[in-house]
Amino acid sequence: MQEKRIYLDNSASTRLDERVLEAMTPYFLDTYAVATSEFAYTQGIEAREALDEARVSLAKALGAESEEFVFTSGSTESSNMALKGVALALSEKKGKHIIVSKIEDFPVLQSAEALERQGFQVTYLEVDVDGLVDLEVLKKAITDKTILVSIQHANQEIGTVQDIAGIGAVCREKDVLFHTDATHTFGRVPLNVKRLPVDLVTVAAHTIHGPRGIGGLYIRKGTPLAKWMDGGFQEFDLRAGLENIPGAVGFAKAVELITVEENKQLRAMRNHAISRILKEIPDTVLNGHRSKRLPHNVNISFHYVEGESITLHLDIHGFAVSTGSACFSRSLQGSHVIYGIGGDHERAHGSIRITLGRYNTMEDVDAVVDTLADVIRELRKISPLGKNKYGEEV
Amino acid sequence: MKFPYSETVLEHFKNPHNVGKIDNPDGKSMEGSPACGDMVAVYIKVEPKTKTIEDIKFESYGCASNIATGSIITELAKGKTLDEAKKITWKQASDALGGLPKIKAHCSVLAIEGLRAAITNYEEKHGLVKKRVPTTVETIRKRLRKVMNPLAGLDLVRTNLVKDIQKNNGTVRVAIDLPRNHQFAPAIKEEIDEKIEPLWDVKEVIVDFTD
Repeated sequence: MQEKRIYLDNSASTRLDERVLEAMTPYFLDTYAVATSEFAYTQGIEAREALDEARVSLAKALGAESEEFVFTSGSTESSNMALKGVALALSEKKGKHIIVSKIEDFPVLQSAEALERQGFQVTYLEVDVDGLVDLEVLKKAITDKTILVSIQHANQEIGTVQDIAGIGAVCREKDVLFHTDATHTFGRVPLNVKRLPVDLVTVAAHTIHGPRGIGGLYIRKGTPLAKWMDGGFQEFDLRAGLENIPGAVGFAKAVELITVEENKQLRAMRNHAISRILKEIPDTVLNGHRSKRLPHNVNISFHYVEGESITLHLDIHGFAVSTGSACFSRSLQGSHVIYGIGGDHERAHGSIRITLGRYNTMEDVDAVVDTLADVIRELRKISPLGKNKYGEEV
Repeated sequence: MKFPYSETVLEHFKNPHNVGKIDNPDGKSMEGSPACGDMVAVYIKVEPKTKTIEDIKFESYGCASNIATGSIITELAKGKTLDEAKKITWKQASDALGGLPKIKAHCSVLAIEGLRAAITNYEEKHGLVKKRVPTTVETIRKRLRKVMNPLAGLDLVRTNLVKDIQKNNGTVRVAIDLPRNHQFAPAIKEEIDEKIEPLWDVKEVIVDFTD
């Protein structure tokens, strides 16, 4: 086992930035009171101020008003809240039809499926080979019973960034609410709700060197949304539960720490990794759009080899990456995203995702590509595929 | 740190034994498919008088447990007679590897099947196999014992997921006690197709799930 471990799975989770931890610490140790007791004592007032400040700062980062930003426990809860909240609010008034893309992340997909079991109709939109939704197809899918369109800002696996301005415009034209899961773009790809016609936006801190267990949902003023987490009156009476003040403060700090320079550097590392792999390793294919892509996402399929074997070899050499292979997942299912863009089993099983973060360097990228080239070469040597190709008679 | 794999599995995964191809093998097989995520090819050289496996090699497209099992069964089979080698079980391979995770059982069973299929291939080529017998419900049940129920890491029959098996001329109908929209339904159907379709007198396989 190598001494230094290089983490390249930053879309799954990220290392917390020390400055975030520093900003959070006082809210664990000193100002730990409940924010709602602002009329009671000093600590409560300080807690309330910290929460409000974090909310203002996060709302500002999205171009929103602070009353339009609700804290949640993370992106899973935010997306559940958006889909189920709108469904509950509009099913009687307008209809029971929801549209999502086929390649959404599980919080959106599973929420849609859960609603389907309760009698809602769900359209799962096809995407093209790069993972993009066709606006014409979307337009045709919308009916007078459609209450919500939920299409992600960028894909969790292949990094393709959707044209949410175009999607939002279609939804506006048809008078349908639009939710976008921006878990992987918040901080990394510009997203301003003043300019973009979106009604609900899911964001989270764990992908940007913030703490996990905190996320948010942007809710445009006037958007009908039923409360489904019952209890107290927190978060404008939309989401009950004791406020996670250290989390909120950490989330705001994490966003504040992202710079244009950093995103540029991520993009440079991403481009370097993609072009080196495609050039130096034969029989590989890039998954996702080449340019409409998250600045920190690399996803490549290697023919004739299986992803779990690749990740395990890389792990032995000290690199942490992820794969869309069935063997890697607890469900023994290949990546629904790779199948969604028309990939076959072999492409799903042989896909490797490298996601970069603040603590990665160009040296890390070169090191992982060098090792990857060796690992793929060795695994192909022992693979019955490739040399014989498919279907050789035995 | 605790890996899901034993030290021995990792050793065989890192440095698999008997890897590659044998030119003009006396018997060979290719089991699995990219669809189920694993494939294994086995090649054998047989000493004709003693019917001993003189040389054996394997190739693998698969995860660590598939590669490691391929490596260990080739070690176990080398020097054995065909009859002895046929009797090598998944349990023996798993024990020799210091245990395998349950959920990975099907990846490693494949290597055993590969070895047995290579032996059958040799026997067929050398006129050692009896006449083709018609497929019965029992043959089908036996084959379904090799299809994993990923929920339990055990096969479909043992976990009582097979509700009914019918064979009508060339059509086989298997009823599985899982809802059609269950996350494992497509994978299970695919594996059933793969196990039953190759039977010489089966033309069509229909898998029924519950609503």
